[in-house]
Amino acid sequence: MKFSVTVTLKKDVLDPQGKVVQNTLQNLGMDNLKSIRQGKYFEIELNENNQNDAEKKVEDMCKKLLANLIIEDYKVTKI
Amino acid sequence: MKSSVIVFPGSNCDRDIAVALEKMQFKNQMVWHKETKLPKSDLIVVPGGFSYGDYLRSGAIAGKSLIINEVVKAANDGCLILGICNGFQILTETGLLKGALLRNENLKFINKDVNIKVINNTTKFTKKYKKNQILKINIAHNEGNFFTDPSHLQELNKENLIAFKYCDENGEISKKSNPNGSMENIAGIYNLKKNILGMMPHPERMVDELISNKDGINLFSSLIN
Repeated sequence: MKFSVTVTLKKDVLDPQGKVVQNTLQNLGMDNLKSIRQGKYFEIELNENNQNDAEKKVEDMCKKLLANLIIEDYKVTKI
Repeated sequence: MKSSVIVFPGSNCDRDIAVALEKMQFKNQMVWHKETKLPKSDLIVVPGGFSYGDYLRSGAIAGKSLIINEVVKAANDGCLILGICNGFQILTETGLLKGALLRNENLKFINKDVNIKVINNTTKFTKKYKKNQILKINIAHNEGNFFTDPSHLQELNKENLIAFKYCDENGEISKKSNPNGSMENIAGIYNLKKNILGMMPHPERMVDELISNKDGINLFSSLIN
């Protein structure tokens, strides 16, 4: 079973990298651009057939290591 | 007094801190991160560097290493813990210190001597300094932008847990004297019991007039007595 995890900085945490990317795209003429938040992406494959159990395990991975919950949010999606 | 310096792959300030500690008559031991037992220590130092190449987040992987469980146990038993630079990042990743170190606001690696002010000089780490004393200490980091939630920030102020703040040479604490975007110019903090200090500046680089100045020496002489 395969999952994707995206980790991004929380809304109230400044994301200077995202801001720079946003400014650069705006300089390239993408002027309807509203905002950009930069993050990290993981693809995780598990030896597990039960989706609930698998999701729980991935959640646990996010909480224990992949995301720092003080500054980051994560989102798990089955792929 | 006995000290231990934890060494991770990618630590690069471990020998500097060992030299500083030995200069101050600490009996120091280096402890590799794969060890599962800590030698008996009065002080444990988590040194600066780029543990595990800063993979994932600075300090994240080192914060889950084998020896860290022992450091957490020792900290809970009241042992003195000092985390410098990457060591500070590791201590926040373990949860021994609250908050996090974000990427510098200007997205640049900053390596320069900056002024910091001693905010709390009543702890075992800083008792040899005067209150509001201005020190010139080197910083060298990419993620030193201290961030925490509003309730912790309130606790830091209320319980006098801010060790150092960035300031200018006259001691003024302002946005202009903030090198990395840290909340309230914070350069170092204590835990509630004040036996753990995490700081971004490098006091171990300031113990010899020949190469810099001696502004860092009182931190170690505070600890030895």
